[in-house]
Amino acid sequence: MQFSESWLRSLVNPALDTHQLGHLLTMAGLEVEAIEPAAAPFTQVVVARIVSAEKHPDADRLRVCQVDVGAAENLTIVCGAPNARAGLLTACARVGAKLPDLEIKQAKVRGVASFGMLCSAKELGLPNAAGVDGILELSGDAPIGEDLRIHLDLDDRLLTLKLTPNRGDCLSLSGLAREVATLTGAPMTAVDCTPVAPNLTDVQPLLIAADVACPSYCGRVIRGIDAQAQTPRWMVRRLERCGLRAIHPVVDITNYVMLELGQPMHGFDLARLHGAIQVRMARAGEQLALLNEQTVTFSDADVDVLLIADDQGPLAMAGIMGGASSAVSELSRDIFLEAAHFTPDAIIGKARRFGLSTDSSHRFERGVDADLPARAMQRATRLILEICGGACGPVLEQGQGAMAFDAVEFRPARARRILGLDLDDATMSGILKRLDMRLQPSGETIRVTPPSHRFDITREVDLIEEVARVHGYESLPAASPRGVHAMLPLSESTRSVHELKNLLVSRGYQEVVTYSFISDDLDRTFRTAGAGLPLLNPIASQMGVMRGSLVGGLIQTLRHNLNHGQERLRIFEAGRVFHGIAAELQPMRLAMLAYGGVNAEQWGETSRNVDFHDLRADLEAMMHPLPFELRRANLVTLHPGQSAELLVAGKVCGWIGALHPRLTQKYGFVRSPLLLEVDLASLLERHVPVYRAIPRFPAVRRDIAMIVDANLALADVLASVKAARLPLLADINCFDVYQGQGVDVDKKSLAFNMLLQHTEKTLTDSEIDTTVMEVINLLAKNYNAILRG
Amino acid sequence: MNLDEILKDAEREFAIAGNLPVLDQVKARYIGKSGAITEQMKGLAALPVDQRKTMGARINQIKDQVEALLKARREAIQAEELGRQLAAESLDVTLPGRGVGVGGLHPVSRTLARIEQLFASIGFVVADGPEIETDFYNFTALNIPDNHPARAMHDTFYLDGGALLRTHTSPVQVHYMQNKQPPLRIIAPGRVYRVDSDATHSPMFHQVEGLWVDEQVSFADLKGVVQDFLQRFFEREELRVRFRPSFFPFTEPSAEIDMSWGEASENRWLEIGGCGMVHPNVFGHVGIDPERYQGFAFGMGVERLAMLRYGVDDLRLFFENDVRFLKQFA
Repeated sequence: MQFSESWLRSLVNPALDTHQLGHLLTMAGLEVEAIEPAAAPFTQVVVARIVSAEKHPDADRLRVCQVDVGAAENLTIVCGAPNARAGLLTACARVGAKLPDLEIKQAKVRGVASFGMLCSAKELGLPNAAGVDGILELSGDAPIGEDLRIHLDLDDRLLTLKLTPNRGDCLSLSGLAREVATLTGAPMTAVDCTPVAPNLTDVQPLLIAADVACPSYCGRVIRGIDAQAQTPRWMVRRLERCGLRAIHPVVDITNYVMLELGQPMHGFDLARLHGAIQVRMARAGEQLALLNEQTVTFSDADVDVLLIADDQGPLAMAGIMGGASSAVSELSRDIFLEAAHFTPDAIIGKARRFGLSTDSSHRFERGVDADLPARAMQRATRLILEICGGACGPVLEQGQGAMAFDAVEFRPARARRILGLDLDDATMSGILKRLDMRLQPSGETIRVTPPSHRFDITREVDLIEEVARVHGYESLPAASPRGVHAMLPLSESTRSVHELKNLLVSRGYQEVVTYSFISDDLDRTFRTAGAGLPLLNPIASQMGVMRGSLVGGLIQTLRHNLNHGQERLRIFEAGRVFHGIAAELQPMRLAMLAYGGVNAEQWGETSRNVDFHDLRADLEAMMHPLPFELRRANLVTLHPGQSAELLVAGKVCGWIGALHPRLTQKYGFVRSPLLLEVDLASLLERHVPVYRAIPRFPAVRRDIAMIVDANLALADVLASVKAARLPLLADINCFDVYQGQGVDVDKKSLAFNMLLQHTEKTLTDSEIDTTVMEVINLLAKNYNAILRG
Repeated sequence: MNLDEILKDAEREFAIAGNLPVLDQVKARYIGKSGAITEQMKGLAALPVDQRKTMGARINQIKDQVEALLKARREAIQAEELGRQLAAESLDVTLPGRGVGVGGLHPVSRTLARIEQLFASIGFVVADGPEIETDFYNFTALNIPDNHPARAMHDTFYLDGGALLRTHTSPVQVHYMQNKQPPLRIIAPGRVYRVDSDATHSPMFHQVEGLWVDEQVSFADLKGVVQDFLQRFFEREELRVRFRPSFFPFTEPSAEIDMSWGEASENRWLEIGGCGMVHPNVFGHVGIDPERYQGFAFGMGVERLAMLRYGVDDLRLFFENDVRFLKQFA
């Protein structure tokens, strides 16, 4: 909310400058977002009257004016404005004046000496009034010679508040003034809301059907308003400085009262009303043309929308916006004025449903003081009669009345405990009284009844917050945690994600963070489980679906960086993927991508591109010492011959492989990136080491090479040897894979080293040879393997 | 040839020998099978007995001298050869190392690791929760009923079936408190989502949530912990922290956390997060007795902290993943 400082100060004027006032409000929870001057700076501009305006002898469009600036002699000023005419009250910048864009000097204009300048609104940096072409036109009572800044209150400042939803009571100048008075002790000037005696007997009958949504409704007929009436300039100025445009005196006055007191009001053209005013819910199929030229049709789902209606149908969306057909216009002579209380529940969400947001709905959604309608009605009546003339009927008030507030129990001891603040009971009671609360002490507790404007106070904690707020958050103590805490548990069977990330960083990988939502196409391509989860309101279609895999983001990151001159990339991301909306279907995963040379660009060795086995080495480093298996898998996104599923303890935890050449081509990469994605939980598992004695007798190494079928998986060979549980065979590993000269094309040679060991004695040659033969025979039997000569 | 001449010749010839094979050939000419000194030895037999002894001693003396010369020369040649070898093997030690190189952490991770460490030092453990949430956990349990104006402050992404992307990390509080009774001390870092995208807003960003619930945890403790954290995080003991009254449905009293930034003369306050005392209604939703227990919660923007810490001026850089940006945080 934006408001004028000088308007506020007319209600309460503490001895604080603007910035101190802003700080006071901010630190009371009414955040001042901006403080701006009401007008750009300028000097020596005064109210002036054009005494005479003659045509310039040498220029058709210029006039030579005699201007009264309240000095002994009139000034001669040449002016080109079309509205420069004798009798006009306007603004005159005297010689030496500094305007936002220029400095005024004595000058000759086409041979005629000119002693100043008559100014347009634009030249002074002011908003231009509608229908004025040329220099400023001031009202007839402007005192000649007065400094224009004083006359138009241009040294005023505009404060913009960012109010939290609980402080609807501060959405008015009176509400703010009350708050400032409470915080500073400065006296507050009350707005005149004394009753205006009716001089007509006319009433507009009321039918309040929705008495829960509308606990009270005040209506009043005013007849015979002056068609020529103008909204006074001071009111227009205050409205403008609060961000509202002047429209029509009656509308301006209801807006003014809303800003002044916080009560939204509405004026109807009485001549357009047919029968009693009804306050009721909308009916399906009804239509209403709104003031903003939007026509809404209420559907079955809109029967919770509160309307003001008459015999012919809807007149207004209650508390939100009036209708066009019953609006007050320059033709209106008789009006019906409404000031009603609508509950937040009745208004909340309705404006938004129809794409509306109005000053009225903003206030009713947050809550309006239920005692305000009667007072606002009197205030508005008084202003209308003063400004537009006419005569008023009695106020007709209907409804069951707003619910009385319950008293709230307040325990000073609890306030001290919550705030960690040693404040005595009397000080806290004093604060609550300054907030217009009624206090009834009863033993350890105080029964507190909030005033009608503090409808947000319903619990003890609300009062505790008020005490803290008025006492000042800055005056509350701060206590650093001290003392002994219980020692935290520290599991050795898991490691932290940070530890894992650091391992990847030291192996050359850069961490990335990509969006959790990606394009449907990328998601469909890489999702390995669950159905796609589209957002109903995405920012953009390429961010439309929750990712089922991390790889899509890595592919996009690769493309971005290739486009920006990188040739080699090692990246990883740890984050959630979304296989469904249940919590357990949003696992944390880790994905890696490797592309380009195996080493960072360097001067020494012949480079080669990273391949499956390189990424596998990274995987081994991550898993170590946890055993895992890779099993050839059939994933459509990966190269069928260079991909595998990752199994830990027999359970599939992820996959690894080269991007399928079809996709590599689709994404425009020169070669296939190597990819991997694993369940993060399986990577964080560790085991606590258990010591086994180092054998006292030396181990013996024996190497053999076996010719086997080319497509035989090494893992199968090793598994079958280990399954045989040969007692002396401590370990067997493959140290060479050979295909080529000397080996048939559909065969390969696998070279193994075997470690033979007995825990209690040194092995004999014959024991060694027996075990080696057992291995050879086993491979021959299972895989038709032949010992390579 | 007399012995003195032999010694002189040997000395001269050894000096000329440039490498070990040549030196060995030269050696043979003096102390080989038919070398000059060997010949002298053979000649002893022909001498009269009385001269034989003195002559023998003299020959041996010369032989020792020749061998000493030989040894010295051999070592000199070896030293030269080693020198040549070392010279040939010398590298440009200023060349960069080879290998895979080193990567780096994302600045958000780096920041989170630091935050987690600081809070671990006062006994906070890390908690976690889902990112696709239900209306209950993201709003209702946090005392934000349907149509509450506070919901308008959270521009929410929705999925089918009423599911939504969490707009803050506060739902983690609810999950955690449903499963554990106080005392509780957690921080919950993670991704959050809002329908908002421009230079200062990202539809996805990170928050870190903190929660401390016990019998006597007060607003004073909240002020102390948050202030300590910001001063430690930025390593600036003079950093001022301001608590400004505000409104969040899930805390009361509530405060915005502002931090002084820039030169003292500028007196600039930056909003860094929100906090407050856990609202009794939130305790009610998770079955914790609000008469016995009380505590505070806070939430801060992680990218905001990282931007201030590292001087990053555009939020979007965090999610563009340009390695030229990322590698600056290694």
